[in-house]
Amino acid sequence: MKISYYPGCTLKTKARNLEDAAVASMAALGVDFQELERWNCCGAVHSLADDDLIHHVAPVRDLVRAMDQGSDKVVTLCSMCYNTLARANLLMRQDEVKRKTINDFMSEEKDYHGEVEVLHFLNFLRDHVGFDKVRERVKVPLNGLKVATYYGCTLVRPGNVAIEPPADRKLMAEFLEAIWASPVDFADATTCCGSYQVLANPDAALDVAARILESATRAGAEAVVLSCPLCEYSLARKQDELLQKNKISKDVPVFYFTQLLAAALGLGSEACRFDLSPRCSVELLKSKNYPIDAAVVGV
Amino acid sequence: MSHHDSKSASPMQVATGDRAILPEGARTIPIYVMGKRYEVPETLTIMKAMEYAGFKFLRGAGCRGGICGACPTVYRKEGDYKLYFGLACQTVVEPNMYLAQIPFYPANRAKYDIEAISPVAETVHALYPELFRCVACNNCTKACPMGVEVLDYISAIKQGDLARAAHLSFDCIQCGMCASRCMGELPQYHVAQLVRRIYGKYIQPRAAHLEKRVAEIESGKYDAMLDALQKMSHEELEKLYKEREREPDMAPPGTWMPEDTQYL
Repeated sequence: MKISYYPGCTLKTKARNLEDAAVASMAALGVDFQELERWNCCGAVHSLADDDLIHHVAPVRDLVRAMDQGSDKVVTLCSMCYNTLARANLLMRQDEVKRKTINDFMSEEKDYHGEVEVLHFLNFLRDHVGFDKVRERVKVPLNGLKVATYYGCTLVRPGNVAIEPPADRKLMAEFLEAIWASPVDFADATTCCGSYQVLANPDAALDVAARILESATRAGAEAVVLSCPLCEYSLARKQDELLQKNKISKDVPVFYFTQLLAAALGLGSEACRFDLSPRCSVELLKSKNYPIDAAVVGV
Repeated sequence: MSHHDSKSASPMQVATGDRAILPEGARTIPIYVMGKRYEVPETLTIMKAMEYAGFKFLRGAGCRGGICGACPTVYRKEGDYKLYFGLACQTVVEPNMYLAQIPFYPANRAKYDIEAISPVAETVHALYPELFRCVACNNCTKACPMGVEVLDYISAIKQGDLARAAHLSFDCIQCGMCASRCMGELPQYHVAQLVRRIYGKYIQPRAAHLEKRVAEIESGKYDAMLDALQKMSHEELEKLYKEREREPDMAPPGTWMPEDTQYL
């Protein structure tokens, strides 16, 4: 069995903090986490139009690449990439007619029937690394840091590609417990962050981001954790504007889940890439005994 | 051995090389240029075959050596739905190929000042936002007569890896066939050129020994030697050349030193 890592374009540009913290964490855990050598954009959005197959070509080509490189499974960190790849994969497994059309169009590639499995990193951590192993390797227990588990849309919708049965909402909580944080479930854990409206209707996007952050605060969270660069944009990078416009009452630290993992494994702030997270709060982690200036273990 | 002095080859197997004059007994094949049928010698390149058929290239021909990118041809084969691409000066005609030349394909080139540019992927993304219209259909790669992995370099640019994109696009000859087939209407070859310029100017490591040598030349270190050479007579120069110290052909690298080191 070979598991490969599919990063996605955003993780190589605007969301290096999501990626670098994960790669450093896997190295610290001694887990093989090799990036696919050859990959393209995941397609970003799964096309719902029944006759629009061309927008499935990008994710299917990635899956063919993974198959060509001998991988049974591909792991993604970005929620959007996960969603697009997983849905394209499902289509190639289930829809014989569309599968044939897409395979015929991509005649320069091997035929693909859904041979590869698409995993989100949280499932990979639970099922292939093991939360117990993570727990054992924690060097800086996060001392009950109260963290809101924000899933957004694409980890849990639609249900047939959800990283867990959508009603469960256990996976992020189990992950946070493994690094000795206290998960906080809240009403807007799966409310869309508004990113789809960020250009057409920016005020609506701000309003929904405010609602999510206020909801997390009311539920008693000290920070929000997420796994999607678009959610990070809406909930973290827009906070200055939200505060300016009095849409939220206080600022809310936002982390990628991989940054908290790296911090708990005792990796230095360079590995955690806090420098790239304008709304993360290293001070908050410091209050939970996270050593800021020196790594507990080498990177 | 040219076909002129070949006595043993049968007339029907004779190769005509790239000559546009049909030797006796050479086979001809039908090709279709812009829909019209021509009988041309079977071993000619598309370019030579077209000239044989009476076409004259005023544009759409350059180096005739497969590197200038002026002569891309698009063609189909009888009974085959696929499109094929080649350089007319490099691709040998096949029976019943249907072809047309595409000497130029319009594609917008962004304006930038390479001296003032910030050498990061975001600069390329801002100058060519249509990059993100790519749907990974791979038509660009299929259209490239140079075998460049166009989709892969476009992907590398989107992923922010300019060095990888510069290397992957190195063989590009700017013929524009990628752009002609692009669903997202990207001007791939212009984007790649910008990336290679950024890579060459800002990212690629400088050769330290070259900079040292340039500084030495500029400091005048070699002026006297050149003056001396220029003042020599033909005979003196010939003698100097013949008696020069020469590194043995098979000397392992770094093992040989000349006895006279005054010029090093």
